[in-house]
Amino acid sequence: MNQTYFRTHHDGDTTTIISLGEWTLHHEPAIRKALQTLELKQNIIWDFAEVESFDSVGMLLFITFYQQFKKKASIKLVGYTQEQERLYRLVFAHYTKESIPSRDRNILYRIGELTLSSYLQFLSFLEFMGHVTASFLRYFVNPKNFRYKEIMYHIQQSGMNAIFIVALTSFLVGLVISYQSAVELAKFGADIFIVDMASISITRELGPMITAIVVAGRSGSAYTAQIGAMKITEEISAMRTMGFDPYYFLVLPRIIALMIALPLLIFFADVMGILGSAFAAKMELNISYMQFMERLQEVLDTKHFYIGIIKGPIFALLIALIGCFRGFEVSDDTESIGSQTTASVVNSIFFVIAFDALFSVILTQWGI
Amino acid sequence: MPIIEAIDIGTRFGSTVIHDKVNMHINQGEIYGILGESGSGKSLLMKEMIMLQKPSSGDMRVLDYRLSTIEYKQMQELRQQWGVLFQFGALFSSLTVAENIKLQLKEYTNISDAMCNEIVKTKISMSGLPTRAGALYPSELSGGMIKRAALARALAMDPKLLFLDEPTSGLDPIGARNFDKLIMELRDLLGITVVMITHDLDSIYSIVDRFCVLADKHVVAEGSIAEVLDSTHPFIERFFKNEYAKKRLGVPHV
Repeated sequence: MNQTYFRTHHDGDTTTIISLGEWTLHHEPAIRKALQTLELKQNIIWDFAEVESFDSVGMLLFITFYQQFKKKASIKLVGYTQEQERLYRLVFAHYTKESIPSRDRNILYRIGELTLSSYLQFLSFLEFMGHVTASFLRYFVNPKNFRYKEIMYHIQQSGMNAIFIVALTSFLVGLVISYQSAVELAKFGADIFIVDMASISITRELGPMITAIVVAGRSGSAYTAQIGAMKITEEISAMRTMGFDPYYFLVLPRIIALMIALPLLIFFADVMGILGSAFAAKMELNISYMQFMERLQEVLDTKHFYIGIIKGPIFALLIALIGCFRGFEVSDDTESIGSQTTASVVNSIFFVIAFDALFSVILTQWGI
Repeated sequence: MPIIEAIDIGTRFGSTVIHDKVNMHINQGEIYGILGESGSGKSLLMKEMIMLQKPSSGDMRVLDYRLSTIEYKQMQELRQQWGVLFQFGALFSSLTVAENIKLQLKEYTNISDAMCNEIVKTKISMSGLPTRAGALYPSELSGGMIKRAALARALAMDPKLLFLDEPTSGLDPIGARNFDKLIMELRDLLGITVVMITHDLDSIYSIVDRFCVLADKHVVAEGSIAEVLDSTHPFIERFFKNEYAKKRLGVPHV
């Protein structure tokens, strides 16, 4: 902008500044730059008669420089209108030297804060577990309060509606591992062992794990978001005031539903995974489906299947507990729904894998 | 020349008709109220002025822009000339109050950081908050403080037009009157045109210059209080000529 915002002329020890044009928001940087380079005498006369418009930013700018000039020279203000004077009074009344406190913290503060918040989160998890256990016990004291409708609804949402994606994922995983190992097995002429390898690994490890990961991503995150949103809109507080225990009405139906649905999904995933593997065996090693099934019956001990299925309720418990807990951790701002949902998925996948590893070690030790 | 003009605005959702040929205008420098029963489409009319909702028919003119044929660049220009105070604040929850106010200044102007801070501090103080509130996040504010912070944000760019959605709802009576006074002062000193949706009788009597009353899908009355009170529409009868309103404010003439 090549506009001038004031004229100056010097007369003895007096400088006259005649302000011009628009002293407004978008012109502020240019006016400031011009004012900063101004050379001043001892006395200043500052004339506003030719200013077209002032807004609060322009006035603030004037105040800043007025304060600055006043230290070095004596100033006389002329030509201002009554409105400008009132605007000056308004802005000056709110002009403050006090600064907004900084929210930036140093590294030590942040480490301390993080440590403390992890500890507090651990405590609130214990509290959450306590509430869940207490509500769970109350379920059995008074079984007629069982929330069948909610449980069925959540089985539908987290179980039935997940069938397609679970089926597709496990079919593809069965197919991929069989394809990959087929090449190696063929080198040793051990083609038929593909059935042993695929069926045991799928029923024992991969089926449960893949199902749990898909469900954690699908339902764990949904639990967090649903409960979190209810918390922000104060629905949970409303429930409490009406005497509806949120753990009883929101958490337990989800946990129970998922504990029923996940083993069923795992069974389904096993079937689809083995089908995928049989498909790959037919394509790559030319093992017929009949041959595959005969071999499957010979080598796949039922214990592998049971071990896989038994992981279902445990993974389900982990996913549902973490999902609901994270939902309750949502605080009053929208951003925390996002961060808690992320945490919910990351935590539940991590714990699923960690528990799976634990299973492996223990079962191997026991020789199963 | 009116600064905002609604020309035969119609708004329909499916078979539900909200507005049917709504006409109203707002003059430069006015404090203009929009009044009506809940569900009469007050907020919707305001949303149509601030381009959050397209009317089904008719046209809206805001600051010489025709909103039915406006282009993207003009939209962006227009959006820098108004400030909007939402009913529940709508402050960005991931930013502090000061950052909320500073956002547009940083994005749309070349003003230095130090000066931005000065502007932010002035706006915070003008809206009646203590300076240290600038460092707080919206979740740390009370309802009244959220309103003030949101006003400070709406004023950040020294807008020509200020839209307020129920500005005094949720404030205590003293806070509400101070808010009214502040709005009046801003209008007088900065020449802002103020459009507000309000139910507050005190605000309507003390600061609103002209207002329109929405009922039965139409504007049933528009003008100053005296002009509106001439109407005998049932809603106006109910709203202004009840015992409470009479006792409290005294109806100028009935």
